Amino acid sequence: MSVEIIGITVLWIFLYGYLMVASIDFGAGFYSFYAKVTDKKHSIRVVIDRYLSPVWEVTNVFLVFFFVGLIGFFPDTAYYYGTALLVPGSIALVLLAIRGSFYAFANYGVRENSIYLFLYGVSGLFIPASLSIVLTISEGGFIVEEGGHVHLLFSELFSSTYSWIVVLLSIVSVLFISASFLTYYAQRAEDNDAFQLMRKATLIWSGPTILLSFLVFLTLRTHNLEHFLAMVGEFHFFALSLIFFIGAVWLIYKQRYLGTAFIFVALQYGFAFFGYGYTHLPYILYPKLTIYESITGDEMGISLIIAFISGLILLIPSLFMLFRLFIFNADYTKAQGNK
Amino acid sequence: MEFDTLLLSRLLTFITLAFHIIFATIGVGLPLYICLAELIGIKRKDPYFILLARRWTRGYIILVAVGVVTGTIIGLQLSLLWPSFMQKAGHLVGLPLFMETFAFFFEAIFLGIYIYTWDRFSNPIFHWLLSIPVVIGSSASAFFITTVNAFMNTPRGFTLVDGSFLNVQPLVAMFNPATPTKVAHVLTTAYLTSGFVLASITAYFLLKGKGHVYYKKALHLSMIGCLVFSIFTMLNGDFAGKYLAKYQPEKLAAAEWHFETESRAKLLLGGILDEETLEVKYGIGIPAALSILAYNSPDAEVIGLNDFPRDLWPPLYIHYFFNIMIFSGMFLAFVAVLYFVFYYVKALNSLHPWILRGIFIGGPLAMLAIESGWIMTEVGRQPWILVGLMRTGEAVTTAGQVFEMLILFTSLYFVLGLLVPVILIRLFSKKSAETEIEKRGIIL
Repeated sequence: MSVEIIGITVLWIFLYGYLMVASIDFGAGFYSFYAKVTDKKHSIRVVIDRYLSPVWEVTNVFLVFFFVGLIGFFPDTAYYYGTALLVPGSIALVLLAIRGSFYAFANYGVRENSIYLFLYGVSGLFIPASLSIVLTISEGGFIVEEGGHVHLLFSELFSSTYSWIVVLLSIVSVLFISASFLTYYAQRAEDNDAFQLMRKATLIWSGPTILLSFLVFLTLRTHNLEHFLAMVGEFHFFALSLIFFIGAVWLIYKQRYLGTAFIFVALQYGFAFFGYGYTHLPYILYPKLTIYESITGDEMGISLIIAFISGLILLIPSLFMLFRLFIFNADYTKAQGNK
Repeated sequence: MEFDTLLLSRLLTFITLAFHIIFATIGVGLPLYICLAELIGIKRKDPYFILLARRWTRGYIILVAVGVVTGTIIGLQLSLLWPSFMQKAGHLVGLPLFMETFAFFFEAIFLGIYIYTWDRFSNPIFHWLLSIPVVIGSSASAFFITTVNAFMNTPRGFTLVDGSFLNVQPLVAMFNPATPTKVAHVLTTAYLTSGFVLASITAYFLLKGKGHVYYKKALHLSMIGCLVFSIFTMLNGDFAGKYLAKYQPEKLAAAEWHFETESRAKLLLGGILDEETLEVKYGIGIPAALSILAYNSPDAEVIGLNDFPRDLWPPLYIHYFFNIMIFSGMFLAFVAVLYFVFYYVKALNSLHPWILRGIFIGGPLAMLAIESGWIMTEVGRQPWILVGLMRTGEAVTTAGQVFEMLILFTSLYFVLGLLVPVILIRLFSKKSAETEIEKRGIIL
């Protein structure tokens, strides 16, 4: 395998990791706010306290990792995306900052503050929306280069059906992924109220999730035919994704094997995400930038890969330990507020 | 228009970093003190030190969170505001940036575990062990990010062919001539500043009449750090001066308003410069001291600014920041030494109000020194973003909305800057050390 393929695969794995852990986090923020508004105070908030607080920083690192790696492997992306994304990128950063500080301030009374809880809940939906704009832009047609200057065509972006559907899909997915995880977690914690609430939420959001996924397909056809045809050519990815989706919803409906159900959701998004990424190749920004022309030198590419592998040797056991201690630890999950 | 974007982008980068380094510095230094306090507590079976570690950790969580979010911001802002720089240098600084993220990852994982596992292990030493990766991770990320900045000062590890950087050698780029002095200085000043911030807070309580032995132990532990690291800081500050004389003489010359190349160059303290006539008023010059600082010999010749074309001069106001840094550093070392002299001489009282006052202002002063030293070194490499290779103006974004983003981020930092102290004060006054000592049943 060439350096550029390894590079983009590594990055894509990290982006997928971010997609999953951040979705749980973002969705939980929204459900937490919902619980406050509807006065269902109890359960979801405890879940956030006990599961999300120890891992929020790790969530954040997945994202930082992705874009640092992207620029290390493909420095040209900095030029196009960096210039074009000044505004959406900055907005996403401010929202991320609000959320990040929330975790720190939460333990000291801010959690009960409605304004902050509102910001926390709403930012959880706006961040995926603003980040998904990057995926839309990568399909081409929104960045122009004139006389050495790069511009983002805001009006085109705002009037594009495709871009709105991607945004909606990202929001709905966040709510769906998060709910399916919290269903599992609430059951492990033997919190029946939270379990029923999250189960209902999962089932409610499953419909829009799959509907919007199909719409993304359809609108991509008019926006970027080449990519659409590539996706049709690799249809098995998306068929598998659909099968796992059906499996997950079925298990949650039946209230059985909820851990497996969440793994199915992860696989559903995994197949769709990697299928999407695979068919997007070789373009990083259609049609201006491919992985081949923007690649960093071999020496740097190889040292990045070495750094990456040695990093993984360090990270995987540590992450495993983190998850063992907080997520797959029944005693800890059940224990209520004895911090 | 072009100029406006450049100025605004520089301003936005400045504001973000100036805000970030407050939290980053403490983020690097504080874990060391927490780790030490917990270890002493376990080894001596002293519950006060355990409590100290717990309370410092609580404050640390808040500070590190703001450090993380502002760090994420600056990480992305590099590409958003300086896209051409990242395009050109991305493949040169990719490795250390990547490694920094790993170190950060490592720290984040273990910090999460550390914070939420007090009392979860039967043997407390296991909990203490978790603090080690936090100390290593935070210092390692400082190390890696500093190598990136060092690279911008002395770019190495490539060959320049028609304006592109080819034959990249990532390790040579990382371990460039500026790396050793910069890393040493960044790390020791971070430990020093954190020590003084902790000592300053404790001194405040002691000055307010809280006489509990808990405070005395806290003060003493942080003062040991202050003493050790102020010595190291002075030493590597001297190395940093020698590095500048050799590799970036224009920065040193601008910081010292040293215009004519000459031997027995004088070190200038204070003073006001007339930028038109380049005449210095009210300054105190120490003959030959600059030659000694630069080359360890009073007769050594130090290159002056007049040897450089005027448009490559760094802004001359960096002299003021240079002086603030040095005066603050000297003051900190003086206070630390004084405290220990008074501590070990039986007849004297190391908790004398005047010493405590000195320690109390030492905290803010240390932070001021960090900011000034950083301004001096960053502004001192203007007009370059990559010294000798790329002007800052060539690297700036062409996007037109930098002003709006400046407002956006400034408001964010303003709100965070208000919230953080309010929450910290509320946190610690709601649960004072005395009530916690009582509640935990620590025997007096």
